[in-house]
Amino acid sequence: MQDEASNVLEDFRHGKAETFNDAFATLFRLHQRSVYGWILRIVRNPAAAEDLTVEAFWRIYRAHARFEPSRGFEAWARTIATHAAIDWLRTQKAETELRVDLPAAPSGDPAIAAEIRRKTSAAFSRLPPKLRVTAVLAVVEELPHKEIAAVLGISVTAVKVRVFRALRLLRTDLQQQGIAP
Amino acid sequence: MNAHEEERIKQLLKDALPSVGDVEPERDLWPSMLRRLDARPLAVPWFDWALAGGLAVFALAFPSAIPVFLYYL
Repeated sequence: MQDEASNVLEDFRHGKAETFNDAFATLFRLHQRSVYGWILRIVRNPAAAEDLTVEAFWRIYRAHARFEPSRGFEAWARTIATHAAIDWLRTQKAETELRVDLPAAPSGDPAIAAEIRRKTSAAFSRLPPKLRVTAVLAVVEELPHKEIAAVLGISVTAVKVRVFRALRLLRTDLQQQGIAP
Repeated sequence: MNAHEEERIKQLLKDALPSVGDVEPERDLWPSMLRRLDARPLAVPWFDWALAGGLAVFALAFPSAIPVFLYYL
């Protein structure tokens, strides 16, 4: 099994046209689910996540010669997928792309709670894409900072700085909308 | 921003953007991938063209360097 996986990665990296295409198809089928899930966590839009999964694998297809097996395909694919997602976020207008259904408020006036959630979503969509990605992975998805750092190609300290900056900008935006955290 | 404010904003963010969790696509994306591969044949990256252009200019400017360059290939 291990040898088979190694062969697929070797064919993907250095294989001739036919073996390369087979290896790429195998890797796509093996990893499309995880890449899609990763992108959906960032963009929070199922239709866009599907398109971006294809875009990410297109970039993977083009960059196959730069793949380093020591790093692992999954981690490499996530990095490329993250950049594709950030590129997509840059093209989106704020306040339009947060389509995941919001849950009911745990307590208090449902209308007020919904309004606060709406304003928080809107404020979040106005953050710079790199801060948004870091904050959503660290705060919402609660992924380890080390994992986020590896995907974004930055240090753990830089991840912490980005999260802090994102939260500070959110606080300022929410205060301007009349929400005092 | 103090620790209390930070925690409060984190909680607001979690309330506004619930975790997506482990979700998979509703359909197989391979057909879309095939369409993408068929639509856009593998292109030579721009930096390869730039490198080739630079080498050509260098060879024209310094023709005597061509044997040295070939020696090190």
